[in-house]
Amino acid sequence: MTHTVLVTGVSRHIGARVASALAADPDISRVIGVDTVPPPSLTRDGDSSLGRTEFVRVDLRSPDIAQVIAAADIDTVVHMSLVSAPSRSGGRAAMKEHNVIGTMQLLGACQRSATVRRVVVRSTTAVYGSSPRDPAVFTEDLEPHDGPVHGYAKDAAEVEGYVRGFARRRPDVTVSLLRFANFMGPGVDSPLTRYFTQPVLPSVFGFDPRLQFIHEDDAVEVLRRMATEHHPGTFNVAGAGVLLLSQCARRAGRPSLPLPSSAFRVLGGAVRRVGLVEYSPEQVRLLCHGRAVDTARLEAELGWKPKFSTAAAFDDFLRSHDLRPLGGARP
Amino acid sequence: MSVPHEEEGRVIPISAAPSFAEPEPMARLLAFVRRRVTGDYEVDEFGYDPELTDKVVLELIRPLYNHWFRVEPVELKNIPDDSGALIVANHSGTLPMDALMLQVALHDEAGRALRLLGADLVYQLPFLSHLARKTGHTLACPEDADRLLRKGELVGVFPEGFKGVGKPFSERYKLQRFGRGGFVASAIRAGVPIVPTAIVGAEEIYPKIGDLKTVARLLGLPYLPITPFFPLLGPLGLVPLPSKWMIEFGEPIRTDEYDPSAADDPMLVFNITDHVREVIQQLLNELRLRRGHAFPPFL
Repeated sequence: MTHTVLVTGVSRHIGARVASALAADPDISRVIGVDTVPPPSLTRDGDSSLGRTEFVRVDLRSPDIAQVIAAADIDTVVHMSLVSAPSRSGGRAAMKEHNVIGTMQLLGACQRSATVRRVVVRSTTAVYGSSPRDPAVFTEDLEPHDGPVHGYAKDAAEVEGYVRGFARRRPDVTVSLLRFANFMGPGVDSPLTRYFTQPVLPSVFGFDPRLQFIHEDDAVEVLRRMATEHHPGTFNVAGAGVLLLSQCARRAGRPSLPLPSSAFRVLGGAVRRVGLVEYSPEQVRLLCHGRAVDTARLEAELGWKPKFSTAAAFDDFLRSHDLRPLGGARP
Repeated sequence: MSVPHEEEGRVIPISAAPSFAEPEPMARLLAFVRRRVTGDYEVDEFGYDPELTDKVVLELIRPLYNHWFRVEPVELKNIPDDSGALIVANHSGTLPMDALMLQVALHDEAGRALRLLGADLVYQLPFLSHLARKTGHTLACPEDADRLLRKGELVGVFPEGFKGVGKPFSERYKLQRFGRGGFVASAIRAGVPIVPTAIVGAEEIYPKIGDLKTVARLLGLPYLPITPFFPLLGPLGLVPLPSKWMIEFGEPIRTDEYDPSAADDPMLVFNITDHVREVIQQLLNELRLRRGHAFPPFL
C-alpha cells in the first residue's frame, strides 16, 4: 500500500528530521511538509535535508490545511507543530493560537477527510505537570493532582482533549498520541537546551528535580514507526532513567546558582527582555519538582526501547556543545 | 564477564595485572569525589542516590545508631534477601528518628535499601523533600508503593503517621489507629509479605509532655512539642535522650494466597490491617519487657 503523509511543523528540527526519515521510506509515495515559515534549509542554501519532502507553506490557524489534505489524498497525518515557547515577536497569545487553534483546524480537516486513516500527534509529558503531591513516576492513565494551568503544558492538555474528541468521532482512524519527555540532542534547540548552555545555571533553592530526556534520534524513530505502523493509544516516550538537575549541572561542568523561587519571577522577566532564556512558571515548577514517566507501554507496543537513556542523551548533547565536567573529559 | 579464548594463554606482565587488593582509602576517596563532581553516578527513577545515602547520609547517622542509641536489631532473618516485602512498623519519638534508625539497621545489617512511604508534608518542604528522595523514600501513594513493590524493593510504612510520631509520652508503646489500610491493599496487589516490625526505644528520645497547638497551626505543622528540655533549653533541647533501642522484625504475614483483585475488598483489607496491628502491639509489649530499662543501667 502506498502512503501519502502530511507532516506539520517541518520547519523545526524534529519535524524536519521526521519528514526526511519518512521520505527515505520506499513504502511512502509522497511526504508533504507544512509549516507557517519555510524550513531553514530551503531559505538558506537550498540543501535538501528534507529529502523529497514537498513543502507547502500553510498557516495551520487558517482553513487552508483542509484543501491541502483534500488535494493530496493524505492518509497519514503527523502533527508536530506544537510550539513550546512564545516567539519574541508573537508572544504567548500567538503561541496559544498556533498550538490550539492550529490543532483544531487540522483535526477538523482530518474529520472531514475520507482518506485519512492515521493521525499521530506529538504531545508532551508536561501535561502531567510537576507537583510534590503526585506519584514519582507517571503512567499514561494517571490523572495528575495539579494539572497544567498555563503555558505550553496547558496548550498540550487542550490539544490532547481535541485529539481524544477526534478519536471518539472517527473511531475508524488510528490515533496515536505521544507524550514526549524533553527532547535532547545535538540539534535540539528548546528552552531547556538553552538553559543548559548558560554559563551559570540558576536553580531553585532547596530543590533538586528529576529530569528525563528523549534523544532526538529516538524521538524520530518513534514518530516514524507510529506513522507507518498501527499503534493506537497514548504513549509516554522518554529515555530510560532520570538525571537530577544537580547531576546535569555537574556533567555540564557548569556551576549552579541556587535562588529562591521568587527570584525567578523577577529574573524571568529580566532575561526574557534581553532575549536569553525563558523562565516560564511551568519551567520553574519543573525546576522545583521535576517529573518522570513510565515508558513500559511504549516498549511493549513497539517491542523496542529508546537507544539512548536519559543520561546518554544528555551526554550526547553535552558532547555536541563541547561541554564537559570540571577537570576532565567524558569519553 | 567472559574472557575471549584467544587471550587464555597470554602472559600478563605483573605491572599490568589487575590488583585485587582493596584500593587505598585515599584513592577511594578521590574516586568518590571525582564521581560526585563530574555527576558520574546513578539515581533511580524515584531519585534514590545509593552512593550519597551510604557514603554521606548514613555515615552521619551511624554514630547515633551505634553509640548513642545502641540499636539492636532482632530476627533479621525475617527480612527477605532480595525480594519485595512491606515493612510495617510503629512510629514514635516526636521527630521521626525511628525511620532513620530502621533504615540504618536494614542497610547495614540486612544489606537492603529501605524505601519509606512518607507523608505529603515532607514532600512539600524544600531540602527535606529532595533529601528524602535522594535517600530512597517517596510519597505515600498507591502508585509509588505498587511500583516499588513490583520492582522487588523493601518498602516501609508507618501506618500511624503523625498520630503515632506526635503522641504524648503518656501514650507510649500504645499503637494509634492505623489509616485506611492502603498499605495492605498494596501488599496484596504485589503479592509480597508484610513484615510486622516493632521499634522500642524511640518513645523515650523526646518525651512529649505538651503541645504548642496554636504556634504549630501558625507554622503549618501537625504539632509543636514541649519536652522536659524543649523549648526550655533552646537548641540544646533538640539533643535526643540516649535511650536503648531494639528493633524486632516479626514473622512475615503472607499475602500471596489472595488474588490481586482482593485488594479491592474492604472487609479483607480491614481484617488484615487489624491483624497486622495486633501482631505489632504484641511484639512491642514483649520487646519492651525484653529491653528492660530505657536508660540502662540506671533508669
